[in-house]
Amino acid sequence: MSFGAISTAAGLSLLQTCALSVLMFTGASQFALVGVVGAGGSVWAGAATAALLGSRNALYGVRLSSLLDVRGWRRVLAAQFVIDETTAMAIARDDPRQSRFAFWVTGLTLFTLWNLGTLIGALATHSLSNPKTFGLDAAPPAAFLALLAPRLRAHEPLAIAIAAAVVAIIVLPFVPAGVPLLIVALLVTLFGVLRKPR
Amino acid sequence: MIWAGVLVASAACYGLKLAGLSLPERWLQDPRVQRTVPMIPIALLAALVATQTFSAGRHLVLDVRAAALVVAIVAVVLRAPFLVVVAVAALTAALGRLL
Repeated sequence: MSFGAISTAAGLSLLQTCALSVLMFTGASQFALVGVVGAGGSVWAGAATAALLGSRNALYGVRLSSLLDVRGWRRVLAAQFVIDETTAMAIARDDPRQSRFAFWVTGLTLFTLWNLGTLIGALATHSLSNPKTFGLDAAPPAAFLALLAPRLRAHEPLAIAIAAAVVAIIVLPFVPAGVPLLIVALLVTLFGVLRKPR
Repeated sequence: MIWAGVLVASAACYGLKLAGLSLPERWLQDPRVQRTVPMIPIALLAALVATQTFSAGRHLVLDVRAAALVVAIVAVVLRAPFLVVVAVAALTAALGRLL
């Protein structure tokens, strides 16, 4: 529901909002695209950020491919369900049959609920004249924080998060909206690739 | 214009998911890839929190959204569910504007 509300408040149409939940179906990327657009950034900066956030799903796919063993049209369908939650549910099982079952059930359930919630949230917000009165401009940062928090259970991720926030704020006055995110993505990639493994 | 961004970004996100299931495993098993890719969402989400709280366009601002973020941090530390975190932040901003 929160995605539908935030997306509509950011200025996306009802159809665009629902299209994102059906076609993109990966929460952090969806929130990032509408967040950048809502903050006055270009939709392309938002699209690039969404794609960068989606890169982790490729790694999930690698872990899932041997478990799921899907081919042909099943793989085309399964790919859309490769997200944080389905991966967590599938790899938590010991037996590949249970893994497959957990993956498909979680995927279908979440896909249905996520799209239904998006529609309800978007419809509810559509009728509001000024979403700011309801504090909806404060909703995206809270959503990003809630998505970030489970990834911060160690010192290094926390340090990366703080450094990224500081860099983004420092460059913000000098570049168009949305571009600080791309600068941060570039820097963290360089850091990850160049750093000597311990 | 928004439609083009929506469709291209959706295609890119789907392509990444499909690539993970389809590409030879060793391509993505490189230690540098395994190390770097999980860092990207951490950095981007943190940058999104910061920029969306403290900016209006290209200006840095301090307004009710900062108070909303503090409340959201408390909610996250207390392990509140996603929707609750978002709702209390929005509520804080709405109340802050009323005062």
